[in-house]
Amino acid sequence: MNKIKTAIIGPGNIGQDLMIKLSRSELLELTCVVGIMESPGIQRAREMGADASVGGVDYLISKHPEVQIVFEATSAAAHAASSPKLQQAGMFTLDLTPAAIGPYCVPAVNMTEAMLNEPELNMVTCAGQATAPMVAAINAVADVYYAETVSSLASKSAGAGTRANIDEFTQTTRDALQTVGGADKAKAIIVLNPAEPPIFMSNTIYTRVRRVDMPAIEAAAQACVEKLKKYVPGYRLRMKPTLKDPADDIIVSVVEVEGLGDYLPIYAGNLDIINTAAIEIAEAKARQLLRS
Amino acid sequence: MEKIIITDTTMRDGSHSVRHQFDLDQVGAIAQALDGAGIDIIEVGHGDGLTGSTCNYGFSKFSDNDQVERAVQSAKNARVAVLLLPGIGTVPDLEEVQARGASVVRVATHVTEADISQQHMQEAKRMGFFVVGFLMMAHRAGVDRVVEEAKKMASYGADVVYVTDSSGAMLPGDVRAKVESMRRAISVPVGFHSHNNLGLALGNSLAAVEAGATYIDGSLGGLGAGAGNTPTEVLVAVLKRSGYPVSQDLYGMIDASEKVLKPILESFGVPAPAIQDPLLLGYAGVYSSFMLHARRAAARFGVDYRDIIMELGRREAVGGQEDWILEIAENLATAR
Repeated sequence: MNKIKTAIIGPGNIGQDLMIKLSRSELLELTCVVGIMESPGIQRAREMGADASVGGVDYLISKHPEVQIVFEATSAAAHAASSPKLQQAGMFTLDLTPAAIGPYCVPAVNMTEAMLNEPELNMVTCAGQATAPMVAAINAVADVYYAETVSSLASKSAGAGTRANIDEFTQTTRDALQTVGGADKAKAIIVLNPAEPPIFMSNTIYTRVRRVDMPAIEAAAQACVEKLKKYVPGYRLRMKPTLKDPADDIIVSVVEVEGLGDYLPIYAGNLDIINTAAIEIAEAKARQLLRS
Repeated sequence: MEKIIITDTTMRDGSHSVRHQFDLDQVGAIAQALDGAGIDIIEVGHGDGLTGSTCNYGFSKFSDNDQVERAVQSAKNARVAVLLLPGIGTVPDLEEVQARGASVVRVATHVTEADISQQHMQEAKRMGFFVVGFLMMAHRAGVDRVVEEAKKMASYGADVVYVTDSSGAMLPGDVRAKVESMRRAISVPVGFHSHNNLGLALGNSLAAVEAGATYIDGSLGGLGAGAGNTPTEVLVAVLKRSGYPVSQDLYGMIDASEKVLKPILESFGVPAPAIQDPLLLGYAGVYSSFMLHARRAAARFGVDYRDIIMELGRREAVGGQEDWILEIAENLATAR
């Protein structure tokens, strides 16, 4: 079967992990990897047989018009510059930066055929991929009027891009809790923890709800975990939805994400969840392309 | 000796002790009293910094913006500071609080994670804030790492970088080593923020000053998370006694604690520490058992207890001379 040709812009932590995940895909093939300077990531791409160049997005568009799906793993500012070029070239782009130009897509919640026809989709943030599904699940049965998340990441799993853009990270995550999760209002917090050995990505999700129906909320949360597990096997509930105070309406749930250990070790579930989500969408797009 | 700049965090770190429930009149009264006593910088807002009012940290009674505005209105000279933890607060939050009059921002990260403060520090500088870098839980990293992180903050434009003992876990030798190394490595001043969990808040603050720190934090009565911070009034007394130039008035600081903060704490059912009377004994070098006698004499003649203690110190009274107390009180009353 013909595979759909893909490219990665930005061979950093995210990009190198994507290379490994793409090598396992039955629908996707890695054709080209571009960066802006020689790096271990460029080297790895060459070793994996891709055409790797430091010529950036312009190289990709001029040399590889056959590429149909692009993974953007640079920074919000870099993507803002490359987005119009990619759109003009008609390359379906999955934006893993917090640039938020295209609509937010969290496969377990809002991926539709129509969405796959957008020129580009934004992958929110790793925290958004991990928490918005749970907020959406609870919102469906209990009407969430305020959602708040605290995502703890191992320091070693947060690269330079994330560190330089913490505001974009928290703001984009908050927006997704509202637009994808369905909360009326939201707040997202991120904490980096340098403990050794590194901690698994941990997400505490507070939801304030209009209908405190704990059995329904618990069932919805369990169903959400099962749905996520299909593309993120290491997604699990560490604390089931629990009332913070029996007299209040604040429900606390804690999920942990263990990664597949492809590029970074298994503690970097944050890297894994955003990348597996991007692959999930890319494969859905590939199926659509192969059908037509 | 260089002047020591004191930041009072009664209303920010201390807000933990009252579950972030200070109301605006209380903020105004505390700010006015601190300002009157010559404090350099007043920090206000939620204990966990801008937009810390959350399920996770507890909801504030009033917004950070409103608290800042009231403190700015109430303080004639002191600058008003806010705390910002990247990952919780954002640059737009800083813009809002600047519109309400805040002019100092303390950008805080875990001691090993300074690089997440770059965005906020650079923006704050551009906006004209006085920018303080806060390396929290400084006990968790070795001297070299602390220095490396301090250099990052200095390179982002910090006007001061603090060794922050968030856990109250540091010993004086550790404080001295870290402050000294930072002094050598960065060109901007170094600060120290203490917690009294091991009873070392003030001792560590003094160790920091001796090692070259010129920015020190305190809070009235030591109000703050855990066992609290260095009590500002005692800090002022100790620095004055050590000969360091400070711009605070000791009596004014004691009054701020005793007459303004104490009734507020009592309204929350939070016990106020009884440190003001004893601190005067230490400041003036007066025999400790004189305290209760002096209080009774002050009440008997309607004079200020503190004036009795200061006079005993001037006269170099020794143990056993409790008999002088009544006479001094009577003389003070007559001289009025």
